[in-house]
Amino acid sequence: MNAKRNDHLATGIIYALVGIVVIILFGLIGYILVSGVPHLSWHFLTSPSKSFAAGGGIRDQLFNSVYLLVLTLLISFPLALGAGIYLSEYAPDNWLTSLMRTAIEVLSSLPSVVVGLFAYLVFVIQFQIGFSILAGAIALTFFNLPLLTRNIETSLSSVPNLQREAGIALGLSSWKTITGIILPAAVPGILTGVILSAGRVFGEAAALIYTAGQSAPALNYANWNIFDTNSFLNPFRPAETLAVHIWKVNAEGIVPDIDVVSNGTAAVLIIVILAFNLSARYVGNRLYRRLTSSK
Amino acid sequence: MQPIITSQDVKLSYGAFEALHGIDLDFNQNEITALIGPSGCGKSTYLRCLNRMNDLIEGVTITGSFKLKDLDMYAEDTDVVELRRQVGMVFQQPIPFPMSIFDNVSYGLKLNGRPDKNFLEERVEESLKQAALWDEVKDDLNKSALELSGGQQQRISIARVLAVRPDVILMDEPTSALDPISSAQIEDTLLQLKKEYTIIMVTHNMQQATRVSDKTAFFNLGNLIEADSTEKIFMNPAKQETDDYINGKFG
Repeated sequence: MNAKRNDHLATGIIYALVGIVVIILFGLIGYILVSGVPHLSWHFLTSPSKSFAAGGGIRDQLFNSVYLLVLTLLISFPLALGAGIYLSEYAPDNWLTSLMRTAIEVLSSLPSVVVGLFAYLVFVIQFQIGFSILAGAIALTFFNLPLLTRNIETSLSSVPNLQREAGIALGLSSWKTITGIILPAAVPGILTGVILSAGRVFGEAAALIYTAGQSAPALNYANWNIFDTNSFLNPFRPAETLAVHIWKVNAEGIVPDIDVVSNGTAAVLIIVILAFNLSARYVGNRLYRRLTSSK
Repeated sequence: MQPIITSQDVKLSYGAFEALHGIDLDFNQNEITALIGPSGCGKSTYLRCLNRMNDLIEGVTITGSFKLKDLDMYAEDTDVVELRRQVGMVFQQPIPFPMSIFDNVSYGLKLNGRPDKNFLEERVEESLKQAALWDEVKDDLNKSALELSGGQQQRISIARVLAVRPDVILMDEPTSALDPISSAQIEDTLLQLKKEYTIIMVTHNMQQATRVSDKTAFFNLGNLIEADSTEKIFMNPAKQETDDYINGKFG
């Protein structure tokens, strides 16, 4: 064995390993898109699903997924922002804060079924919220919170310390330094994290089966009263999302066109998540340029 | 000459380690004082006491007295934020905030609640002129400060401090990260500024100390060895240690 041959060998192995990852990734995405995209149509996207007959769409599921995401972010983002600012800017280095960090890590690795059942027992049953978007959003907050907190903390910490000192030395209070200088500098990173975690929320199914429910009652998109049961904005109605729809149709669907519905839905889900991921980078860069020079 | 800052018997420790062993030093109004000495001698540490930047470091204890005019800087009821507005600081590295030139210079004022646009524009122009940067940037104040050269960025940092109108400006090796031309421009700027401000600067560059400062204080191993007029320190120092240092025998 000589050095040159070892080097070639190592390079070859690394390329092969990367190749396997890429092939699996593209294979999966390609398979889902190829088998799903042909079924997509305007009709599929804009008509309600059907329980028995063929030709159902995913209008309500698509809307539910988006609405659930918005509610989840509304709950989890302020919490995560506060926690992230605390951990990055205020938390002293001691056993208590390292315990908090560990707890956050553990929270992020909890199996989603467990979180779903927990939310089911506590919110759906105990607090009597019932199967609802709100219960789903709370369950998803459990996943989202650790990811977002971590992301916000890292984004804030990666702003150079000199910026903090410069702000403080300018006669700004630490709060104003954080909100006026550190936070704007961290916005692109935070936004990227929000969009990436949104992708995860969008694709989640297991936890939602027990919380947001598996039924999509007929919605009236003209009813803006959030307290009406058929209003599309009512957070207390049960709501089946795209991912849950895929699971349900495959597990217990009795429509004749199961393949069409589930493949089409899967394709929509993948496309939306891909769009989230790609836009995360783009929006992050754009925003950074916007923030760093005013028009 | 009127002293604007007086400090007596200043001792500072990081935990159990004492870094300053009792410093007595005064600074006169509208003068430039240079703090010189070998690395680790405590000159930067001392400088950072003067606007309480050392408060940010955990485990630091400071004893002794600091007075800004009649204000006891370390008294319980002293408003640290207000103190730092009166004693501004420029750092070794240029630290532009990630925003436009105009926003950079006006930021301290803006966040301190002076939103009047005309006032801000006047103050930005005035501060950039004082920092000798106005002519170079007046046509694109909306450009990101990150796009400027290092020397320009450092003058932005100076202009930003000037915009808050402090009485005293602390500078921690303000030219050490810059090329000779930019350094010379900053030095010119300092000589202009001392008409209106009191400047205290740490420098490793002894030529710089002789060119710009009125007074020089020599630190070594956490002690103030000697402080006098710059001419006296460099031509005829009282202590052998000072003589050895400025002639390059150590440090």
